[in-house]
This record gives sequence, C-alpha cells and structure tokens, in this order.
Amino acid sequence: MGMTITEKILAVHSGKKRVEPGELINCKVDIVLGNDITAPVAIKEFEKIGVRDVFDKDKVVLIPDHFTPNKDIKSAEQAKMMREFARKHGLTNYFEVGRMGIEHCLLPEQGIVLPGDVIIGADSHTCTYGALGAFSTGVGSTDMAAGMASGEVWFKVPESIKFVFHGDRLNEWVSGKDLILYIIGDIGVDGALYKAMEFTGPAIQSLSMDGRFTMANMAIEAGGKNGIIAPDRTTIEYVESRAKRPYQIYRSDDDAGYERVIEYDVSNIEPQVAFPHLPENTKPISQVGTVKIDQSVIGSCTNGRMEDLRVAAGVLRGRRVHPDVRLVIFPGTQAIYKQAMKEGLFEIFVDAGAAVSTPTCGPCLGGHMGILAKGEKAISTTNRNFVGRMGHPESEVYLSNPAVAAASAILGRIGSPKEVE
Amino acid sequence: MEFQGRTWKFGADVDTDAIIPARYLNTSDPDELARHCMEDADPDFPNKVKIGDIIVADKNFGCGSSREHAPICIKAVGVSCVIAKSFARIFYRNAFNIGLPILESPEAVDGIDEGDQIKVDVDKGIIYNLTKGTDFKSTAIPPFMQELIDADGLINYVRGRLNK
Repeated sequence: MGMTITEKILAVHSGKKRVEPGELINCKVDIVLGNDITAPVAIKEFEKIGVRDVFDKDKVVLIPDHFTPNKDIKSAEQAKMMREFARKHGLTNYFEVGRMGIEHCLLPEQGIVLPGDVIIGADSHTCTYGALGAFSTGVGSTDMAAGMASGEVWFKVPESIKFVFHGDRLNEWVSGKDLILYIIGDIGVDGALYKAMEFTGPAIQSLSMDGRFTMANMAIEAGGKNGIIAPDRTTIEYVESRAKRPYQIYRSDDDAGYERVIEYDVSNIEPQVAFPHLPENTKPISQVGTVKIDQSVIGSCTNGRMEDLRVAAGVLRGRRVHPDVRLVIFPGTQAIYKQAMKEGLFEIFVDAGAAVSTPTCGPCLGGHMGILAKGEKAISTTNRNFVGRMGHPESEVYLSNPAVAAASAILGRIGSPKEVE
Repeated sequence: MEFQGRTWKFGADVDTDAIIPARYLNTSDPDELARHCMEDADPDFPNKVKIGDIIVADKNFGCGSSREHAPICIKAVGVSCVIAKSFARIFYRNAFNIGLPILESPEAVDGIDEGDQIKVDVDKGIIYNLTKGTDFKSTAIPPFMQELIDADGLINYVRGRLNK
C-alpha cells in the first residue's frame, strides 16, 4: 500500500522508508516556533535541560505577536524574557514589533516554512503551514523546549482523513474559510481528533494560497493533528520567490490508506457562520436570522492576509460602518500592511469608519485591542468562538469570512454581502 | 500512583479558554494561574476545589489552544487527576509532559456523579467509585507515555537522552 503525504514527510524526517498510522516515531524538525505567551514557559523548561545552545539558531523562531505591542507591564516582562533569550542565543528569526507579524501569516511570507518540512510550534494554529504541503502541528511549551534543545520531537503517526471538494467554482462570496467551517460543522470539533486532515479536489486546486492557509489554519478546530494540501503550481509560485533553502514536494500515493474519505460538492456551500460557543455550530448565511452585533473583527492568523483585506475593502468601498458597530481590522504582517496601504485599502477602511491596527493576535483571544463587554456580540473572521474568547464570559462571538464580517459591520447585524450590493 | 478525592463534573468540549482565560496569560506563574483555574466554566471553582480533588469531564477535554498554562493551572490548584471520555490532543501531550495524570474512561465518566468520592489507581488503570461501590477500567496508557511518566516528564527524559 502507498503512503499519504503526511506519512511520507514523517517517514523521511524519522529516517525510515515508511511509517504506519499508530507508530511512534522520533522526528527531526525543520522549524520550532514560539510566541510571547508560550515561549516564556518553554524558556524556563529549556534552562532545566542543561544544554548551552539551541539545536540550530536558524531554526528556532520567536515571534512576539499575542500581547504586543505590550499591553501591560506583565506582558512587557514576558516579551522581554523572550527577546533576551533570542539575543543570548543569536536567533536569526526573531522579529521585533514593527517588523513582526502574526506568526502564521509571517512565517510563510518570509519563506521560513517550506513544502516538505516538519514544523512544531507552541501555538495551536501552527497547523496553518500544512497549506504549503508541510507537516506542521501545534504543541505545548514543554515540547517546544525539548525541540529547541534537541531538534527532535516524538509523534504518533496519525491516520489520515481525506476531504474531497468537487466542483471548480465556489459560490459567490464563498472562500476557504467557508469550506473549513463547513467541514467543522459536518464532523464536529473533535471529528478529526488526532487525525491528519488532507484537503483535495478540484475546488482546492483552484483555491488561492491565502484561502488554503485559512483552511489548514482551522484543522485544529476539528481536533486535527495537522491539515495538509499537496503542493501544486499555486504553491510553487508562492514559494519560489521566498525560499532561501531547498524544499521537497510530496504527494499522496493513489493507493494510500485513509481512515475515511469525505466528499463535498461546493455548489451546495454558502458562506458559513459559526454560532457561539463552538466552531461546529455552523449555519449557512441564509439561515442566520437577525443577530445584531456590536463589533466586527477582520484579521488574525485565519483571515488577515491580502486576499482577505481586498475582499473586505470590496464590500466596504463607498459605504459606512453602522453607527452602532465598531469595525476593527488587523492586517497579518507589516508587508501586508504596506501592500494594503499602497492599494488604497486603508483609505476605504478609514472612510468607512473602521479602525486599522498594527499586526497583533490581540482581539482574537480576548487579549487586547477589541475586548467585548458583558452581553456584547461580535462577528469575527478569527477561529474560535468559545465562552469568553473575546472578552466577558457573557459576550458572544460569531465566526465568518471577511466578506460577511464587512457586510455585517455595515448592516449592524449579521448579513450577507449580497444585502449591501 | 494512587489518588483519592471528591469529583467535580464538567460537560463536553471544555476548551482551554474555559480552563484558563487568555486574559490571565500575561503570567506563567503556576500559583497565579491556579487562582483562575476553570473560571469561565465555573467561576467559583478555584475557591471550592480542595487538594487532591478530581476533575471528571465528557469528551474532548482541553480543546482549543496549545497553552500549557491549562494543565499547569489544573495541577497547581491541587487537582490530582483528570478523567474524561476523551482529550484534545495538545492538552493530552501537555498533561503527560508536565506530569498531570489524565485517564480516558467513558464508562467511568457516565458512572460518576459530581461529589462522588473516587479512588484512582493510575498504574492499573482502575477507577473506583467509593460512593457508589462500582469500578471502571481506563484506556491503557501507551508504553511511550509510561516511559515519560517514569522519567518524571519530558524534560527529564530529554535531559537523559541528550546528556548520555
């Protein structure tokens, strides 16, 4: 029997010809990632191991993106601890405020993560890089510490679930976000627990890189170990100008083994909205009903890329945000920020009455820059709508794509971009 | 390893934001984190939980973020062990890595009511409900995870390997 793309990457990195689902392997890692929340815990654990240096100063990546620009004194101390560690170990890939971006937007953009890599990150949305055809997964701080010291990590080889999206044209205003929300709505928040989620089919092949990152990003929201899309021309075009080292392209064999194959027809998929308090509580936009909102958030590691901002600007152009709504927009990186500025998107946002922020994870996890009060409701292009995720435990978050979040900001309630056309 | 304590029951899909809300993640101090353990699932939990008590939860406990602060705060508040129908995978790894005992047993979760006194024999994988006089098997701990427990966590395990 053949192997899946996930199995091939794991086999190569563990020095084996083949691996089987369920097998425990010790794997070499290409990149170990941490941020200002998870790295401080990892640094303390790293010190306990008693090695002098990290395994490779080019392969340990630290990004202060969660509570930065520092939101309070305690956060400043955490960021400082990480900065000092980066300096002490001479890390090549430490990105300071003003140069940094939201980690999962920044690493692919900078060509730090590449097809065929094994990547671990002390951040659950590390699964994003699977969009490049890499094996990439979130771990905790202790795993990160062990990875920084040894350059290795242990894994149980996951079984794979294949998701096939038939049809080459997405419906109007449908994006990668809607495809992944649709999956989560179908299989549930633990529907892919411990599994590799492989996204394939004509609709995936016609999806942009930005749309693919959004899909892989939310694999964790179905409990998945990783999300992965085999590289094609779109991937190679994206990677070619960015890669500073060689990379490997892997694809699943035709006779690879899957735990399940799930098929969808994209002609049936409308823009999706996930109701509180789980990403699996999805409804098509036509069945949302009347939900008034206080805030709309566009951005994050899920939807803070160029395509997302362009779509939002397309909806907002020449229109005004509803008087009762705060619209906050978070570009993912400095390069995206600059590009959006060049294209005149900020003028559209500001004229519409939106606030545009420097890159930060802030509001997505209820950190800062857009916290909700008791009883408030937000529509958001982020990834989680758990209780208290964006602020008060009695606030509510609804998840959607950027077009719906922009349209809702204009309407003052959750609604379709078709309603503002 | 054996634990005995009162149980506190939680539902399905308890996420890491409920276990330790991000608004408290500007510190990594275990005692400070413990003061907010499970706060958004049960605001009173940190006050009423006693050393040695046991959390019993439905499926997919610990879903969401990779924050190790979640198992850290559960351990630091004094909870001896978590029993659930299933665990989210990053939480599962993190718990073993930091030495918080966790057991999977759907039968035990269904057979325990909040407030029951239970005894857990981690090595044998048996959960005794002392209040009801019943007992349950838990899913066996994989051999490699057992190695991690024997080494007293991942850091000691890696230190052993790297300093050989």
